Amino acid sequence: MSKERNVDLAKWSGPKRPYDLVKEFVIAFVVVGLLVGAMAAIFSSPDEPAVTLQQWAKQAPADFVATTTGELAGTTISASYGPPYNKAGEGLALGPLKIQKWAGVTIPINPAVDFVVDPLKFSKDATIPAALAQWNGASADQQTKWASDYAAAIEKAGGDYTKVAASDAYGPVPAMGVGLLALAQSDVLDGLLTTTVTPYPSDFTKPMLFLADGGYFDELGAAQHLHGDQWGMMNETGSYPGQSWLWLFSLWYQVEPFKSSENADIQIFALLMLLTLGFIFMPKLPFINRLPRLIPIHRLIWRRYYRENNL
Amino acid sequence: MSTMWTTKLRKATVEKFEPQDILPDDQPSYVASWIYVFGVLTLASLMIIIISGLVITSKGAIWWHSSSVGHFFNSVHLWSVELFFVFMVVHLWGKFWMASWRGRRFATWATGALAFLASVATGFTGYLIQFDFDSQWIATQAKDGLNSAGIGSFFNVLNTGQAMLLHVALLPLVVGIIAVWHVILVRRRGVVPPLDAQEIAGGAK
Repeated sequence: MSKERNVDLAKWSGPKRPYDLVKEFVIAFVVVGLLVGAMAAIFSSPDEPAVTLQQWAKQAPADFVATTTGELAGTTISASYGPPYNKAGEGLALGPLKIQKWAGVTIPINPAVDFVVDPLKFSKDATIPAALAQWNGASADQQTKWASDYAAAIEKAGGDYTKVAASDAYGPVPAMGVGLLALAQSDVLDGLLTTTVTPYPSDFTKPMLFLADGGYFDELGAAQHLHGDQWGMMNETGSYPGQSWLWLFSLWYQVEPFKSSENADIQIFALLMLLTLGFIFMPKLPFINRLPRLIPIHRLIWRRYYRENNL
Repeated sequence: MSTMWTTKLRKATVEKFEPQDILPDDQPSYVASWIYVFGVLTLASLMIIIISGLVITSKGAIWWHSSSVGHFFNSVHLWSVELFFVFMVVHLWGKFWMASWRGRRFATWATGALAFLASVATGFTGYLIQFDFDSQWIATQAKDGLNSAGIGSFFNVLNTGQAMLLHVALLPLVVGIIAVWHVILVRRRGVVPPLDAQEIAGGAK
């Protein structure tokens, strides 16, 4: 098929049949409209309410405080992420290609400051100003030691901060954790994290990164069969088909070597880019472009034509 | 030959078409299979997506959470998208097995592939702006892949305002332009003849 044939190139001058394109479109539009209307009426669409920081703080306070401590210790996903949020990590790499690092920090976020310290300035808890003063007056190493020690103590107590005995070894971290918890439970934190630029929120980067750092949000996703090893974001909540067209993307996360690779995201992204190029340029790909001739499904499609012309 | 840009543009565009090519009332006899219906079904679904999207747009992003009518239109939008992709995938597979890129129709294939990819991006941004748990989950999951490729530095999936403008203002325009371009190419080149068609009378010499 490398050489174009005359019959393929030239305007068709053989037998024709009447074909009413406009009528075909109108009928298709009506049929699809009725079908979609029926599906909408019968199956509706999912609308699982969004999760708020208040909901997290009320329903999983221990997880909230542990995550807050992690933000202060610099151990959460966000705190160690790297570009585009911060320089705490280099991000993923495709061999020698550190694309994530090269793209740079364009959405600067310091989780300890943005998620914890700055919002606490709005706390009405009388102990918070002193706690913040102690935190801000300490060296970075001291801050990390306080938070890390407190995080270890919480873990030792089974994840429950209320079972950790009070100690000066944790500095102001316990007070900051409880202070932020109260701020979140009172529904103030959600607004604080989305209105730093304008009182009209449209950017949910901060609350979503904070929420995703905790275990509560992750458990909600798992319960809705949305984890990466459950075909991830291709799914939707409930029993809806979701973005089934992303199956080729989600597939690779289920198989080795990607499944256990630390750089799976960029490796799969690169693979998808290659496959995408292959898709666009499929007519130019050797062997692939001969498959339609080798596997004669076209005989079925044009069976009437072949029958009428004894081919 | 005229050096006027207007003349050159007219010769390169409208003069390439006969009225019969743009809105033909007949087709080659081989255009007789259900597979041909899936192209027009895709376009019909796209029209319903646009109409239902415009209704939601006119009432605002969170209307459908508090109104049963709004929820119905959200459902119409969802299911028309689902059918749109089903029809488009069947259409694409059909065109593959027909080797429809023959006869300098590579651009027709490529614009079809690009329309599919642009539709995936448009659908994805739609899922980001539902203002519910699905949006939250999809955004937090998708950010890692996009960030790893450097795209997250420019397109922040957690910025719902950005995703909304892309979904409502930019990407439908991209899909629309590619779809129109694709249809024009189909009309320009005509429907590809069957494999082995040269063995019978009818192929113009």
